[in-house]
Amino acid sequence: MTNAKHKLTVRDLRKTYGPVVALTEAAFDLEEGEFLTLLGPSGSGKTTMLMIIAGLIQPDRGEVWIDGKLATFAPSYKRDIGMVFQNYALFPHMTVYENIAFPLRMRNMATDKIRQEVGRVLDIVRLPQVADRLPRALSGGQQQRIALARCMVYRPSIILMDEPLGALDKKLRDQMQLEIKQLHTELGITALYVTHDQEEAMIMSDRICLMNEARIEQLGTPADLYFKPRTVFAAGFLGESNLLEATVEAVVGDRTTVKTPDGALVRAPTADGIAVGQAVKLMVRPERLALLGPADSADNVVEGTLDQVIMVGGVTKYYARVAGDRAVSATRLTLGPISGLERGQRVRLGWSADSTVLLTA
Amino acid sequence: MSALAQRLRPWRAAWPLIPVLLFLGVVFLYPVGQLLMLSGLEKGTSVLTLAHYERLFTSNLYFRVLVITLETSAWCTFFAIVGGYPVAYLLATTSERRRNNLMIWVLLPFWTSFLVRTFAWIVLLGRNGAINKWLQALGLTDAPLALIYNFTGVMIGMSHALMPLAILTMVSVMENIDANLPRAAATLGARGGQAFWRIYFPLSLPGVAAAGLLVFITALGFFITPALLGGRLQTMITQIIITQVQELLNWAFAGAVSMLLLVTALIVFYFYDRALGMSTLAGETTTSQGGGRRNPIAAIAAWIGDILLGLIGRICDAVSIVYERLVPRPADRLTRQWSRTVLGVVAFLIIGFLAAPTFFIVPVSFTTDAFIEWPPKFYSMRWYDAYFDSPIWMAATVRSLVVATASAGLAMLIGAPAAFVLVRQRIMGKTAMLAFILSPLIIPRIIIAVALFYFYARVGLIGTSIGLILGHAVLAIPYVVVTVMAVLKNYDERLDQAAGSLGATPLRTLWHITIPLIRSGLVAAFLFAFITSFDELTIALFVSGGLATTLPKQMWDDALLKVNPTLAAVSTILLVFITIVILLAEYLRRRSVVR
Repeated sequence: MTNAKHKLTVRDLRKTYGPVVALTEAAFDLEEGEFLTLLGPSGSGKTTMLMIIAGLIQPDRGEVWIDGKLATFAPSYKRDIGMVFQNYALFPHMTVYENIAFPLRMRNMATDKIRQEVGRVLDIVRLPQVADRLPRALSGGQQQRIALARCMVYRPSIILMDEPLGALDKKLRDQMQLEIKQLHTELGITALYVTHDQEEAMIMSDRICLMNEARIEQLGTPADLYFKPRTVFAAGFLGESNLLEATVEAVVGDRTTVKTPDGALVRAPTADGIAVGQAVKLMVRPERLALLGPADSADNVVEGTLDQVIMVGGVTKYYARVAGDRAVSATRLTLGPISGLERGQRVRLGWSADSTVLLTA
Repeated sequence: MSALAQRLRPWRAAWPLIPVLLFLGVVFLYPVGQLLMLSGLEKGTSVLTLAHYERLFTSNLYFRVLVITLETSAWCTFFAIVGGYPVAYLLATTSERRRNNLMIWVLLPFWTSFLVRTFAWIVLLGRNGAINKWLQALGLTDAPLALIYNFTGVMIGMSHALMPLAILTMVSVMENIDANLPRAAATLGARGGQAFWRIYFPLSLPGVAAAGLLVFITALGFFITPALLGGRLQTMITQIIITQVQELLNWAFAGAVSMLLLVTALIVFYFYDRALGMSTLAGETTTSQGGGRRNPIAAIAAWIGDILLGLIGRICDAVSIVYERLVPRPADRLTRQWSRTVLGVVAFLIIGFLAAPTFFIVPVSFTTDAFIEWPPKFYSMRWYDAYFDSPIWMAATVRSLVVATASAGLAMLIGAPAAFVLVRQRIMGKTAMLAFILSPLIIPRIIIAVALFYFYARVGLIGTSIGLILGHAVLAIPYVVVTVMAVLKNYDERLDQAAGSLGATPLRTLWHITIPLIRSGLVAAFLFAFITSFDELTIALFVSGGLATTLPKQMWDDALLKVNPTLAAVSTILLVFITIVILLAEYLRRRSVVR
């Protein structure tokens, strides 16, 4: 079977609610042991996709293969998946022990073995002391870990997580991100994770599937998405970006030259399907922009007027207006107190050709 | 500031509670207390005696009636819960649109007069009723079955009467069950049966218990259905009280029987509270606090329950596995979930049982015959003419409308401000006060009615509209307070604070911000109160004194003489009226949701 090597394969999924398209043309593979994150703003279709994979929503079209078996319309209990819900969905009338034992009981495991397994996962999530408590007697972070334990205990093919850290405060969230990441690495879990938090996606994922308006916008490693975004949306959603309008002047091998509205020429790596005369957007990350001294030079240079200088602790942000009054920002490490730069002063901003990205969409 | 003034300070803000407490104190607590006291006094004197209670407990008759009352109530509760559960489950788990549409068919019988619904059952179940005629036409029976004036008739009538209450109570709990829990169970490997019986059902039990309690307590005080659909052997305790007062004028003994009824109700409440806690009545899913399970008995009960529910779940799943062997569910296309289909069919049948019978009264009202018979002989308007031409019926109708409007208005006037205080102020003894305000709902209505009769007789309010208005307001206040409190709990008080910070005085905030936002809730509260009074028979039965009859009282008197087609005509008019009110309320509710 062609899909045997993938843990999960999704093909051409589509789901509509009346006139509203919730998900369309969705396709990807998930490898064994991989951590893939569905990232996108609310309403982008990521939860719909997760629910279809979990068997909690039926798609209008498309296929879902889990562990080499077709599962598009199979009931959830036959799919061998685990799911961590946003509000954890711990059974409030059962103790922590009973909650974790539930999936094992459903699989008719012997009582002794159940006790052993529940003990094992409670040790893994470092909460062996709470077995006899009811879920509501636990803190948010503890409930989160129990939900994870309940999911891991029966070793499902894939663990699905729907914004599992959404209800926690910032500090606990940061801690849990690392814990989940560590569990993933240690136990070799295959995980599909949903979040709207780009930082969380970058921290945890092997690959990110960026979603927007019911479609997959771009799929790749965090570095791919960060350094080689293919669309304006991708560039804007992950990290900060400076965007300038430009027209393609020349394409020579792997170098393309574009011209900004104020006439500056900018060199960039050639992007797929680019043609002379085409209107494009050029994108540079703020941390790749440098403020040039009078003697400094760079592949690409634009001139502008300084608007603001803001020290944000470890980094300092410089805001300037360039090329037809577009606002850009440069982020540099804070090396000492800022001096000699004033609002309204003319500045030169420079960056390398390789850190320029041309976007056609 | 003096210590006393400081302690009284929270009370200054609580002044809107005073009218409602005073009112209930005078028109409810005092008369009821008096009646119960009377049961311990020698007739016409103030000498203490246990004679009335001796008579109550030495006579075999009253004990038998008590047993019949408890038995009937218990069976009625059982049927109302078993029949109501699938409907409640469907309502709680279906899409919002479908729920709203189905809900109307539960609300319609809920708000339709018990009298009208009982008449409908006479049309259906009587010797010459629709069901017997159909059975004979189909050749299933030769002679008419005895479906009425016996236990069967009472059970059908009472289950039909109280099932909507059970459904609405259970839905309010089930709606609070997180929809993700059964889903989580499914992803963890539970088939439908296990997911339902191990997860959903235990979580819905508080709703079942609350529904059971409300149905049981209401059934204890029933008399319309047993009187019209039952025989001699189905006499319930309330009927004894009515006889004692109306025919024998034996107040003291009526007081003693009332005490018996009240104590029975209180015992039931006590055990309910001990077992589950009163807060489950307010629609909260679980009550046990803190960590693990509490005592060993509860632990054993939970253990047995766990095994039992697991077993039922397994049986259900075994059925579904066999079914899947026969009709496989392929993974490559969508198939219908047969359990939902079964649920849909069952719920549909039960909703049909609730909603359909009432409509049989409509054709009967157009009959040319002088009695209620199936099929009716068409077509005549004479029963409508009889209604519209009768000064008695017209007077009763007008009085009902006036009394309902006035008592609902009065209940709103003193109930709504009290609800504001109860939701928004922190004051001592709030729970006790709420319990007091709600107690007219809990105490069997017949006790209030007899107590008011005795009280009014001495202050000269018998046979007056004022007397009716005050009495009905006692019953309407709890509905108003509960409804307005529910609305206010969902109201974001920061809106008022925002208005205040923008310079609005509290009164202007109330007028321009709060009231417009909760208007539909207030209208609903008014309608609740209006219908409570409009449909009220028990108090009217005593207080109207044969002079100032209301519509339900006139129907009751007529029915006791002979169930005739005029009643069908009146019932039809009432049915149309109630349907319009319900649809209007639903329309207002939906509009307020959309905005």
